[in-house]
Amino acid sequence: MMRAVFAFLLAAFCVTSAAYADYGPEKLSDPKLEARAVALQRSFRCLVCQGESLDESNAQLAGDLRRLIRARILAGDSDRQITDFLVSRYGDVILMKPPLEPGTYILWFGPLLILVAGGAIAGVIVYRARLRLRGSP
Amino acid sequence: MTGELGQFALCLALALSLVQAGAGLAGARIDAAQARSVASGAALGFFVFVALAFGALTYAFVTSDFSVADVYQNSHTLKPLIYKITGVWGNHEGSMLLWVLVLGIYSALMTFAERGGARLTSAALGVQGLLACAFVLFILFTSDPFQRIDPMPLEGQGLNPLLQDPGLAMHPPMLYLGYVGLSATFAYAAAALITGDADRSWARAARPYMLVAWIALTLGITLGSWWAYYVLGWGGFWFWDPVENAALMPWLVATALLHSALATERTGAFRTWSLLLAIAAFSLSLIGTFLVRSGVLASVHAFANDPERGLVILVMLGIAIGSALLLFAWRAPKLESGAEFEIASRETTLLLNNLLLCFAVTVVFFGTLYPLALQSLTGERISVGAPYFAMLFAPAFVVLLILVPFGPRLAWRKDDLKQAARTLVPAAGAALVGAVIVLAFATPRSLAAAGAFALAIWVIGASVIDLRTRLTRHTLSTSGLASVLAHAGLGITLIGIAATTVWKSQSIDVIGPGQSLRVANYELRLDSVEPVSGPNYQAMRANIEVLKDGRDIGTITPEKRSYPAEGQAISDTAIRTTGFSDLYVALGDERGGGRWSVRAFVNPLAPFIWFGGALMALGGLTSLWGRVRVRFARLAPAE
Repeated sequence: MMRAVFAFLLAAFCVTSAAYADYGPEKLSDPKLEARAVALQRSFRCLVCQGESLDESNAQLAGDLRRLIRARILAGDSDRQITDFLVSRYGDVILMKPPLEPGTYILWFGPLLILVAGGAIAGVIVYRARLRLRGSP
Repeated sequence: MTGELGQFALCLALALSLVQAGAGLAGARIDAAQARSVASGAALGFFVFVALAFGALTYAFVTSDFSVADVYQNSHTLKPLIYKITGVWGNHEGSMLLWVLVLGIYSALMTFAERGGARLTSAALGVQGLLACAFVLFILFTSDPFQRIDPMPLEGQGLNPLLQDPGLAMHPPMLYLGYVGLSATFAYAAAALITGDADRSWARAARPYMLVAWIALTLGITLGSWWAYYVLGWGGFWFWDPVENAALMPWLVATALLHSALATERTGAFRTWSLLLAIAAFSLSLIGTFLVRSGVLASVHAFANDPERGLVILVMLGIAIGSALLLFAWRAPKLESGAEFEIASRETTLLLNNLLLCFAVTVVFFGTLYPLALQSLTGERISVGAPYFAMLFAPAFVVLLILVPFGPRLAWRKDDLKQAARTLVPAAGAALVGAVIVLAFATPRSLAAAGAFALAIWVIGASVIDLRTRLTRHTLSTSGLASVLAHAGLGITLIGIAATTVWKSQSIDVIGPGQSLRVANYELRLDSVEPVSGPNYQAMRANIEVLKDGRDIGTITPEKRSYPAEGQAISDTAIRTTGFSDLYVALGDERGGGRWSVRAFVNPLAPFIWFGGALMALGGLTSLWGRVRVRFARLAPAE
């Protein structure tokens, strides 16, 4: 039950926390750097909400991380360094796109294998249906 | 008193569901006609008693009877009447009761079925009875909506304000109509396997339910996406949230089933495959119910969930899906496949449609459940977000959309592919011109958007060509019109998605009275922010002057509402739409000195997303109309 209450509070927080988020000094004046920051914040997940990226989230933590990303960009970090930093701090869970590693092979290749297998079966079905049609006058 | 009556009615319904299951299934072996009439009577009785129980709970909500725990936890005297009623299903217990009520409605409709014969109908009613029995047991033992509290509280705790919305009033019943409608399809498929009459008749008998379920799912998902768009205040319409995915999966499989069952009904092709899809579609509905109701997902949808109930649902799920698949594995190999068709035929296009839709389902399935599995097996946590789905889902849909126009243009069994392609040349030309125009004039320049527009115009153009051919040849049937409408709707939704994704403008700033925020060609000037009060909330309302290209076009009033009973605040967005473009403004928080943070979006063509969804549903309705009309007129089905 506690877990359920907690989950609900988290979900509610995503919506209500707009009351605390600080949008103010988020934007970088250099449009090129700002574009980099926006691209980066789209690739990270808001850790408070389900399914939203840092870009979309109204949660306070998301706002803090958006500013952190910009501070890092101004400090001269590369995208790679920023990503590595956030992953070392929060784990893979912060990446919107799961990394390709042995633990996610099934996730990435499972659907493709099924597509190939399905395609092969479909091929056999069409082949047989064609034989049957041509076999019967 | 009404609460106890409701509970008593549920117990009677349980007894009747047992009769329905026993008699119905016995009909597969002995005296089908008599078994059918017994099962039919039980099914009608089941419906009546569940409706009584649902009525009793609704009465408790409307009269704010807080001695009922469910009402106390989810209602409040100050709530407007409509949200007292929708509060009935805005919680776990009530929504499970709604689930069973919808199941009862479908069973009751099935008793009037004329297609399929007594044996098939009887066995299908039996399967429905088993499902009904399992779900009523689940409600009575783990989710009793009529539990009393003593002493009775004076005031309720209120309903999550996000759920107090007209869009959401219709969203859950629609989705349940879809989820549970697939139970009827499942019941017919299982009945076909049990009786061994797995020829075309089950597909024909199940068709109306398939259509109703598909229409309801289409509308339910469209409404849900629209609701998320205007209520949640972040300007998006789809988040690949696990709960959204839980509704998308049955929709994708139901779409595949509608297409493959068309071939099964018409030429007997893909018999076993259609049976398997019918089982899969309902299994995914159950999985969706499990995901939403069990508490494994944290989401706005997962109100008042409970992991122990989740375990019970998981066991029920395992039994239902497992036994259906065993039945399939046992019976299906005995069914003969009799499909005869050439490569250039409608059957092939339907097969490809199914292959791609099933791949899309697999992607959503893996993306939704793999993180849960990985975490429970290894403790490792990963996120699967939009980029994963876009990478795998989008290519499948591109291929699917390229193929869509060929389906209706090709005849069953055997046709001339070149001839069909020749009739589609104007659509291809229009698509090319559209892509060039998009590339030349729209900024920022986007190859992806040009491609999406080309695909959409290709699909819509082909629908127009198809409509014209059928009209000039006087061969326009309801099913032909249905395919024209549904495919055109798909194209229109695609245009909306592509344009909003690529050309969305957004802007966030903190502004005080007299200051403005610019977004695209709009200037938003904050006039004042004033307190207002609603029936059960207090709000701060911003009056914002909208200037489009410097010309004043009116005032919009986004609000920030707080609900004292529930202790929550939500943002009420203001949307000004021209039908082609949305100006979307959400009010953030106060920053001192009368300054407020304001977030604004311009979403070009966003309304097309929901127009398209509605058009697809209209296509489904057209097809359903054809079926029902034919049934009443006792005519042979057209085409």
